[in-house]
Amino acid sequence: MNAKTLTRMDLSEAVFREVGLSRNESAQLVESVLGHISDALVRGEQVKISSFGTFSVRDKAARVGRNPKTGEEVPIHPRRVLTFRPSHLMKERVAAGNRD
Amino acid sequence: MIRSELIQIIAEENPHLYQRDVEKIVNTVFDEVIEAMARGDRVELRGFGAFSVKRRDARTGRNPRTGDAVDVEQKHVPFFKTGKLLRDRLNGNES
Repeated sequence: MNAKTLTRMDLSEAVFREVGLSRNESAQLVESVLGHISDALVRGEQVKISSFGTFSVRDKAARVGRNPKTGEEVPIHPRRVLTFRPSHLMKERVAAGNRD
Repeated sequence: MIRSELIQIIAEENPHLYQRDVEKIVNTVFDEVIEAMARGDRVELRGFGAFSVKRRDARTGRNPRTGDAVDVEQKHVPFFKTGKLLRDRLNGNES
């Protein structure tokens, strides 16, 4: 399996192919999709995309961490983290496509 | 926010596009990500995050109800890692 890495460019190329807008406008729209998802998450909203997955924001409490190299204790501040839970469809497609 | 709300916002911002084209655009973005991962590819969206595929080795699991041992085959699962910019924005560091 030689894995490729896709970027925004590949997504906007797909939009360009599917919808027939200019490459420039396709790129802007891909950016807009990512931007609106990000903005909703920053507001603390959950973003639920049916048959794709759910992005949710979780609060993590403060804790004492340790620098693994020096063993020194460092405080880890409370923070918000993003978790992604893939849909069943995504899990099935990924499992089926990567069977070896 | 759900898929239809995302489509709605983008449609309102782009009154020159047909609603059905906006639907197609949004669906294409998500479909491409799934198709890439189904091929074993990775999708890296700088500032937002990266979708990749991880291999889970075969293991002996347990039926949580009965405690019976069950063989779980090796499988591949989708994985998302949040991008640095979005991680910072979630913690109030807008820039």
